[in-house]
Amino acid sequence: MEREVLEISHLRKQYDGQTVIDDLSLTVHEGEVIVVIGPSGCGKSTLLRCVNALEDIQGGQIRLHGEPISQKSRNLQQLRQKVGMVFQNYELFPHMNVLDNILLAPVKAQKRARREVKEEAMALLGRVGLENRAESYPRQLSGGQKQRVAIVRALCMHPELLLFDEVTAALDPEMVREVLEVILDLADQGRTMLVVTHEMQFARAVADRIIFLDQGRICEEGPPETFFDAPKTERAEKFLKTFTFERKNKSKSGIRPGEEKL
Amino acid sequence: MDWKFIAEYIPLYQEAAALTVKIGIAGIAAAIGTGLVCGMIGYYRVPVLGRIVSAYVELSRNTPLLIQLFFIYYGLPKIGIRTDAKACGMAGLAFLGGGYMAETFRSGIEAVDAIQEESACSLGLNKVQTIWYVILPQALAVSMPAFVANVIFLLKETSVFSAVSLMDLMFTAKDLIGIYYNTTESLFLLVIFYLLILLPVSVLGSILERRARYAGFGT
Repeated sequence: MEREVLEISHLRKQYDGQTVIDDLSLTVHEGEVIVVIGPSGCGKSTLLRCVNALEDIQGGQIRLHGEPISQKSRNLQQLRQKVGMVFQNYELFPHMNVLDNILLAPVKAQKRARREVKEEAMALLGRVGLENRAESYPRQLSGGQKQRVAIVRALCMHPELLLFDEVTAALDPEMVREVLEVILDLADQGRTMLVVTHEMQFARAVADRIIFLDQGRICEEGPPETFFDAPKTERAEKFLKTFTFERKNKSKSGIRPGEEKL
Repeated sequence: MDWKFIAEYIPLYQEAAALTVKIGIAGIAAAIGTGLVCGMIGYYRVPVLGRIVSAYVELSRNTPLLIQLFFIYYGLPKIGIRTDAKACGMAGLAFLGGGYMAETFRSGIEAVDAIQEESACSLGLNKVQTIWYVILPQALAVSMPAFVANVIFLLKETSVFSAVSLMDLMFTAKDLIGIYYNTTESLFLLVIFYLLILLPVSVLGSILERRARYAGFGT
């Protein structure tokens, strides 16, 4: 087995007494792509935010390469540098151009040489097809372009773990593809990733393991083929059904104006 | 209109205008500094300090500058702190402006989405870097219109400096009226000189506003 990157044990998260994540344990190994799915409000996004210590936790522990990460960690900044996060609404800095968005953290937080990071940033921008947008401001980019910049920004920190929080939820269908292809490419490179998504086809393609969350607990987990084709739990089966549509009566005759039956 | 009188006393007004501008710039600079610190303390609800800041903001905004100046000029010497008129004018402007600026900056910071801060934190930037590189530039862009209004307001408030015997524009005009009874000419010069100071500030302000909007959120 590969070495463990992330180890979540008995995680409990509450907002004002309401339990959002309940005794959740999960281990992510190096090079593994885990896709977290589940109905809205099941705690998927909260889980990612806890991994990055953007949320305080009420119980359990999260370890990154064996080191506990929480809002109380004394070396929280160093730990967060090892975890890249991409948000649903990109969260680029609107007052900086693309290149400055990417360079800010490597230069200021990691104290790396600007020129060296710039070279890397340009190469990565090239890989996602945006090498000629380095001087653009976020407002001049499409949603898909912004999200690809956000991914490059996370990658430039050389993270050991990448978190994707519904990164295509705010995008038009055509742009969804250009972003998901970048993530597929990252998976092929052997990146360790924790992905929250509503794109089932994509989840199936990219995941090594699917985690199905419901009411803050892991309801079912397994390889994507098993999960999608033969879910073990009734809850998962019901959830997957919400992605297929069926018309009950396709052969009914038309309605003439004036005789609608309500 | 006695143009000879006007020509004769323009230099006197120039001198007074220079003093007004000098004290105005120093006082407003101090107000900006005070406002930034207080605005941030207010936004982050720093315990104890936050209470002190909100008390200060209320005190500075709800008392007239004239009264504040009297306290500084006549009150402070009673407890052993001597101030000259210029320092007093500057301090008064900083005290009054600090409160206004604090509220302006606080509302600017509040307008920046909390998730921008999270985005910066998740990249491993520390608190100070996050505020300096990510939050403040956006906050200042939002608060620019209110900020410019404050600057203009504070410059105009300098007209009460004459009450603590500062030889500013207002003082000069009153003085000349008292000596020569040339009310029309004296007030005419007064208005012209205030316009000469304030119009450029106003124009520069709207350029800044447009720039800030463009850099910040110009979608």
